[in-house]
Amino acid sequence: MNSKYLPLLATVVIFVLSYAICTLQYPNILSTRVIGNLLTDNAFLGIAAVGMTFVIISGGIDLSIGSVIAFTGVFLAVVLQNTTIHPLVAFALVLIITTVFGAVMGAIIHYLEMPAFIVTLAGMFLARGMAFVLSIDSIPINHDYYTTLTSLYYKLPGGGRLTLIGGIMLLVFVGGIFLAHRTRFGTNVYALGGGSQTAQLMGVAVGRTTIQIYALSGFLAGLSGIVFSLYTSAGYSLAAVGVELDAIAAVVIGGTLLTGGAGFVAGTFIGILIQGLIQTYITFDGTLSSWWTKILIGLLLFAFILMQKVILFLSSMNKRYA
Amino acid sequence: MKSSLNALLTRLAPQIIALAVILLLNFIMFPQFFNVVIQNGRLYGSLIDVLNRGAPVALLAIGMTLVIATKGIDLSVGAVIAICGAVAASSIVSGHSLASTLLVTIGVGLLCGVWNGFLVALLNIQPIIATLVLMVAGRGIAQLVTEGVIMTFNDEGLIALGSGAFAFLPMPVIIWLVVGALVILLVRRTALGMLIEATGINRRASTLSGVRTPVLLMAVYMLSGLCASIAGIIVAADIKGADANNAGLWLELDAILAVVVGGNSLLGGRFSILGSLIGAMIIQAVNTGILLSGFPPEFNLIIKAVIVIVILVIQSPAVQSAAVVLSRRSSRVTEGQVQ
Repeated sequence: MNSKYLPLLATVVIFVLSYAICTLQYPNILSTRVIGNLLTDNAFLGIAAVGMTFVIISGGIDLSIGSVIAFTGVFLAVVLQNTTIHPLVAFALVLIITTVFGAVMGAIIHYLEMPAFIVTLAGMFLARGMAFVLSIDSIPINHDYYTTLTSLYYKLPGGGRLTLIGGIMLLVFVGGIFLAHRTRFGTNVYALGGGSQTAQLMGVAVGRTTIQIYALSGFLAGLSGIVFSLYTSAGYSLAAVGVELDAIAAVVIGGTLLTGGAGFVAGTFIGILIQGLIQTYITFDGTLSSWWTKILIGLLLFAFILMQKVILFLSSMNKRYA
Repeated sequence: MKSSLNALLTRLAPQIIALAVILLLNFIMFPQFFNVVIQNGRLYGSLIDVLNRGAPVALLAIGMTLVIATKGIDLSVGAVIAICGAVAASSIVSGHSLASTLLVTIGVGLLCGVWNGFLVALLNIQPIIATLVLMVAGRGIAQLVTEGVIMTFNDEGLIALGSGAFAFLPMPVIIWLVVGALVILLVRRTALGMLIEATGINRRASTLSGVRTPVLLMAVYMLSGLCASIAGIIVAADIKGADANNAGLWLELDAILAVVVGGNSLLGGRFSILGSLIGAMIIQAVNTGILLSGFPPEFNLIIKAVIVIVILVIQSPAVQSAAVVLSRRSSRVTEGQVQ
């Protein structure tokens, strides 16, 4: 058993255990309806978290995704309200904007040698500001095509519905896993996280990879924004505040090291499901207040960080005595 | 003495110039900007407003500077503001005296610092993640304390800390000036400042040369918690209530910006608290200026982002080394012409 799979394994075990405990208390949680809703409700968070996983594996961080999601939503709402552009064209436009936005942040991080934390913080202000400039109101989207898209679903056995946006999230995760483990880009991302100097000496194009990573994160944040606007059927510049924190939490709970260099896109998926499960449990319970979600996620974060420490410590002990 | 003052001025020159430019822009946009009048025994005016409104960020920046100097970061300060505001409000509402309320609140702030310090110094967890735990959970804890409502109070003594005045200056201004001066004296008149810088540059080497880095790190995070608790009291006293959801929201980011705009490197090492305080005033002057200039409020964030990017780009290592190369080249050219 390779020790690099231990955090992932632990995440899966904790998820299965907590799901089992929830099922014992509320048997209905184990139905495809609940699972379908779990996927639908967390679709936008999951898509954004895939981008965040790549950024964190490369040793960086992207604080801008929540703002980019809000910008995307407002952009789509304003465009669909004031022009006759087809939603699909608007989707393509907004994806180009957010991808370029991410690429520019990556370029600034690489060429001006500024910390990712500060650059993406400025990006967070800028994207939120652009959303405010477009509109400060919450704009509903009443396009026929939107109604068609939101009513699409695949009926699961047991009455659950796998909606379009839930399906998109699953596809993004599959694509992310492929990108991370089966392409040269993925290998470069891991190399960069291991140490940019080492990566450069091994022949990784550090500049190009950095720009690609943040462009990917921007693209996925844009896609997440589209999914979010389908989910809420509205655009609002104050929406999706703090999504970047939820995404970071999901990535950490999913077993990715925040120091970079190690982690799994699949782990992030379980991280998203665990967060969703906590919320579902609180909804089922009905007496717990919503703030317990935050406290529980904080505790989980702590537990996982601690577990990673122990695993790192044990593996270094093994090396010493090997 | 004079040479050290000169050295300080040279080092802080970019920040002082940036602040002067922002203030000048404010003056051009709003000619009454520098008008200060005395009413009801305290000073009023836009300039005083900048000093007053900037108090929470300035306080946070004091603690954040030292944390960042140790190559760390404290993301939890915004949440600590919410927790401390909630604790102060619930303590005063349940009938405790002002003194015991302040003691309890500051104690809770220190406790938050101990938690962060424990994770960073003893468990050796990366600071950005260690403090993320409290950042995520903190607002939940604050809501737990206020039981999900905005808890209001009308204790004169506590309110005076937010909106009172002393020696013509608003109370928050006095508080951040005093705390700032005390901390600067503490780190610069003793070896503490140097030890903090040493820890930030190379923690292992400092430990090997006899610096008690765990104690030092713990103390630094506790100071950050202390500053956040004072800021929390001011924020709560200012609105006469504790809002667990919005008190101190995103202030950690403003504080980090203040530190970086103040010329401190996020990679640790040399630090200047004075620089961070000027940075905090730059940020507040930008905020106040945008409000006064009559731009539609929608543009606030964009203008702020652009100004921050410009200041950061000028300070970035790549641009600075390019500037050094350019100035050398041009001086070489002029030397060549002389010959």
